[in-house]
Amino acid sequence: MNLYWLLILPTITAFALLLGNNLKQVRMIAFGGALLQMVLAFILLFAFWQQRSAGNTAPMLFENNLSWFAPLHINFHTGVDGISVAMIMLTSFVVLSAVLVSWKMDMQYKTFFFLLIFLSIGAYGFFMSLDVFTLFFFLEIAVIPKFMLIGVWGSGKKEYSAMKLALMLMAGSALVFVGLMGLYFNTADTSGAHSFDLMQIAQMHIPVEAQMIFFPFAFVGFGIFTALFPFHTWVPDGHSSAPTAASMFLAGISMKLGGYGCLRVATFLMPDAAHAYSWIIILLSTIAIIYGAFATMMQKDLKYINAYSSVSHCGFVLLGIGMLTETSITGAVMQMVSHGLMTALFFAAIGMIYSRTHTRMVAQLGGLLKIMPFISTVFVIAGLCSLGLPGFSGFVAEMTVFMGSWQNPDTLYRLATILACASIVVTAVYILRAVGSTVMGPVTDEHYNALTDAGWYEKLAAIILIAGIVAIGIAPFWLNQLIAPVAATILKK
Amino acid sequence: MFNNINIALVPLLPLASSILLGLFGRKYIKNAAGIIGTAALLVSAVLSAYIAYEYFFVAGKIDNVYQPIIAMQYNWLQFTPSLSINLGIIIDPISVMMMVVVTFVSLMVHVFSLGYMKGEERYATYYAYLSLFTFSMLGLVISTNIFQTYMFWELVGVSSYLLIGYYFQKPSAVSAAKKAFIVTRFADLGFLIGILILAFHAETLDFQTLIQRLTDANSTQFASSASSTFLGVSALTWGLTLVFMGGAGKSAMFPLHVWLPDAMEGPTPVSALIHAATMVVAGVYLVARLFPIFSFDGAALTVVTYVGAFSALFAAIIACTQTDIKRVLAYSTMSQIGFMMFALGVSGYGGENGLGYMAAMFHLFTHAFFKSLLFLGAGAVIHLVHSNDMNDMGGLRKLMPITHISFLIACFAIAGIPPFAGFFSKEEILLSAFHANTLVYGVALLTSGLTAFYMFRLYFSIFWQKDTEVHDSHGEGPWAMKLPLIILGALALLAGFVPFSSLVTADGMPLETHIDIAFSAAPVLLAAAGILLAMRLYKKANETPAKIALALGGLYHAAYRKFYIDEVYAFVTKKIIFNLIGRPAAWFDKHIVDGLMNAMASVTAAFAGLIKGLQSGKVQQYALYFFGGIVTLTILIIYWW
Repeated sequence: MNLYWLLILPTITAFALLLGNNLKQVRMIAFGGALLQMVLAFILLFAFWQQRSAGNTAPMLFENNLSWFAPLHINFHTGVDGISVAMIMLTSFVVLSAVLVSWKMDMQYKTFFFLLIFLSIGAYGFFMSLDVFTLFFFLEIAVIPKFMLIGVWGSGKKEYSAMKLALMLMAGSALVFVGLMGLYFNTADTSGAHSFDLMQIAQMHIPVEAQMIFFPFAFVGFGIFTALFPFHTWVPDGHSSAPTAASMFLAGISMKLGGYGCLRVATFLMPDAAHAYSWIIILLSTIAIIYGAFATMMQKDLKYINAYSSVSHCGFVLLGIGMLTETSITGAVMQMVSHGLMTALFFAAIGMIYSRTHTRMVAQLGGLLKIMPFISTVFVIAGLCSLGLPGFSGFVAEMTVFMGSWQNPDTLYRLATILACASIVVTAVYILRAVGSTVMGPVTDEHYNALTDAGWYEKLAAIILIAGIVAIGIAPFWLNQLIAPVAATILKK
Repeated sequence: MFNNINIALVPLLPLASSILLGLFGRKYIKNAAGIIGTAALLVSAVLSAYIAYEYFFVAGKIDNVYQPIIAMQYNWLQFTPSLSINLGIIIDPISVMMMVVVTFVSLMVHVFSLGYMKGEERYATYYAYLSLFTFSMLGLVISTNIFQTYMFWELVGVSSYLLIGYYFQKPSAVSAAKKAFIVTRFADLGFLIGILILAFHAETLDFQTLIQRLTDANSTQFASSASSTFLGVSALTWGLTLVFMGGAGKSAMFPLHVWLPDAMEGPTPVSALIHAATMVVAGVYLVARLFPIFSFDGAALTVVTYVGAFSALFAAIIACTQTDIKRVLAYSTMSQIGFMMFALGVSGYGGENGLGYMAAMFHLFTHAFFKSLLFLGAGAVIHLVHSNDMNDMGGLRKLMPITHISFLIACFAIAGIPPFAGFFSKEEILLSAFHANTLVYGVALLTSGLTAFYMFRLYFSIFWQKDTEVHDSHGEGPWAMKLPLIILGALALLAGFVPFSSLVTADGMPLETHIDIAFSAAPVLLAAAGILLAMRLYKKANETPAKIALALGGLYHAAYRKFYIDEVYAFVTKKIIFNLIGRPAAWFDKHIVDGLMNAMASVTAAFAGLIKGLQSGKVQQYALYFFGGIVTLTILIIYWW
């Protein structure tokens, strides 16, 4: 299959919806486009499986390599392995349900849907790039629209949040860029030519001294995207001000760009530095996990709760990467997929509640299970997935990270693993507190009794995400088989 | 020899009914929900009875030893080449016994609920949860893999959460559900780390391989687990103790018992199923499952013994003072599980030494029947009186004869009066303790006496004493409620005659047991004394109990307030975790970490403000900078070269 379809289709969709005359047309185009994206993602998945079962063991499949800017050796090189396929699947799920939850968007809907679809181009391009410059290009595409989505359609202190998010992510990008330049100038084949090509760089050996300098740039830069402590502070403000669909995209996909970059660029290309700095990564991610969990416990706003809990959950991604065992890296990628789906579901449920009750404060909500059983059930499912209940994806991902981390017999690593495990108790505390006082308990406001349950579009959005979560939770082996071989390749270097 | 499909259907039928009722019960099949759930369970129960028959009497024995059989196994998640979660079904004496107990008690509860929960708004949801729980519990007992156990362990926990919080508009139910989940989650943390430790050293997650490797003193895995130590304790002991911590959480052992009394907020049939007969014995089951390893590690087994014995006595003392009938039963459950735990703790592995193990399993078996009967009886009483408090009850024997008789049988059974079921199993426990540990034996004997006393205090307060005005005249309830009471009553009377010692033992070989009248005299007399004392104090309303309470003063008060354990927990969570960790973390994040980020932004902005004057647009100034720059560079170059 030609991967370019995943870029062409959203581009066509984005411009086609500009031609729509009213909300009905625009959202139908957006919905149709997002649905086709999902179809493409599934086709990709099956084509990938077919190739693999036919015995194609090439590290990357469906490769395309076009020269983009020859003097600097920039190529438009694309291709996918198991991890990319998993991330592309995730993106298509989140985009489709984000379009659905924005069904009733009434303000500048054209631009809104345009930006939303446009973001997906960045994500797909990012996950399929095999050229680090192209990869960087798509990373940037996925940043700017978010600034507008939050600044224009946001709520609360939206200008501040949009600015903060954009600046911190830009700072991250700048660091990434320095890291990539460092890589570029330390690659030289026999002819003396430099390279941006991911697979080529992986074949070369970047000098250890250069790795030690440029790894931190790349890792911290990408780390900012995935809420690396202490650069996570854009997460709570950004999420809480963003409109629902943007929150879903932000937490569901954007934060995963960072994790993916940390793995694919920093760790894969600079393995010696990754091993040398592993203890720092573990330290920071353990802090993020446990401290994020405790900070979540004290939040009063549902969106802040989910945002801080994302800091904690994304800590597992970085922990898994930092532990540098095959299993832990597999777990980290699983956690990216799982968290992407779960947090999107959580934000969707919060958005549905907010659009009805006009509050996100836990103290003002109560007894919603009786009034809107569907939305409340979705909320509870998202919560249970977040606290790692077996049968949902979170459990599988976290357990794989724990299992992988425990393979490191070093005391520091053991301690970090135990602390990370301990966070599941804290998670249970904040999730059950949130669930207990929003959907359970007595109805706090009698106006709520008149509210309606989810519409079909909201139901569909939730069902799509839940289907993904349950598919991983009940049958994790297929995801594991996608990811584990790649994790092995990444470490074999 | 076994039809594997039949075995798989035992857990899958409740799962199917749970999914069906969960998705469609609310709208389409609300009224049929109870019948659907019950029918699925009936088939499950019949199948497991059949499997038990096949296993114990036809096909389970090879060379006079009951062999474990792996009925099916499926690779679910591969962590590393050696570590994987394989979902499977193990058929061995304890899993078969548990399957029978779980499906049977669950069936009784399903039937009872047909009457008890009739007319509830979320009737279908209730049955969906009940079936979900049954599925999870069955999945737990048939696990072939320690991680499979952990998964179903968590699922059992969440089903319990959903059922305790069934009346979700009651704040007390919500907080009880929360508490149950969080306390057991905390214990599960121990379980999880225990699994990690054991798996790391044994290089497997499979129960049979795990046991084989860690009980073989010559294996490299055993050597690695015994030789690596942390704080002077071997990894093996750490692993087992932490796994036991998980078990202690689910089985409400001190100090992780605090959730159980509160869990009584759930509908009463739920308490009968989850908090009496099935989930709370999961900890005992877990220790029994890993027993070969435990019996190899004296230190871990000692922990099991003393935690069990202490919990037994501790809970019995509290039970004497409570007035909520369900809480009395909850503490009584905790106490009885303590019996099972220390019986395992004092047991050896094979032959005569394995008496404790057999006794623990036997008691688990009989206790399931009489304790669920007690809860269902309490449910019938509450159904009639609309109160949980024994002060609102009395004289009910005339109004509910069937409940009365079955409750009485259950009280005799739990008190250990021959020939009721509890007598036989408790006798074996006491005997094994007597041979192993005098202190534990003393505690057990004392607790037996207390058990008889508080159970009959409960019995006399409900069915005798004063007469109660009952406004509702629906009588004892429908047959759906009476039938389970009768069946369970019969079992509480007869279950002791099951030749248990020849069926379920640690090593799979039959064990010779006999009742020694000289040995039995002490506990039976003590129990009789407890009953007589309760009769003297509570059969007729009088002032004596209040006076005794007053005379005991602080001791009574402390027991009544459950020895302030809840207050300690509240202090730790509210004052320490929330105020000393959570709040500072949130504050730190908002002001220090984010503050730094904001400060960085302000510094940048200020710096930009400072230097923006440089770009003034005046050519003369630019020329000056240019010139100055060249001069500086020239000087630098000259001096550095």
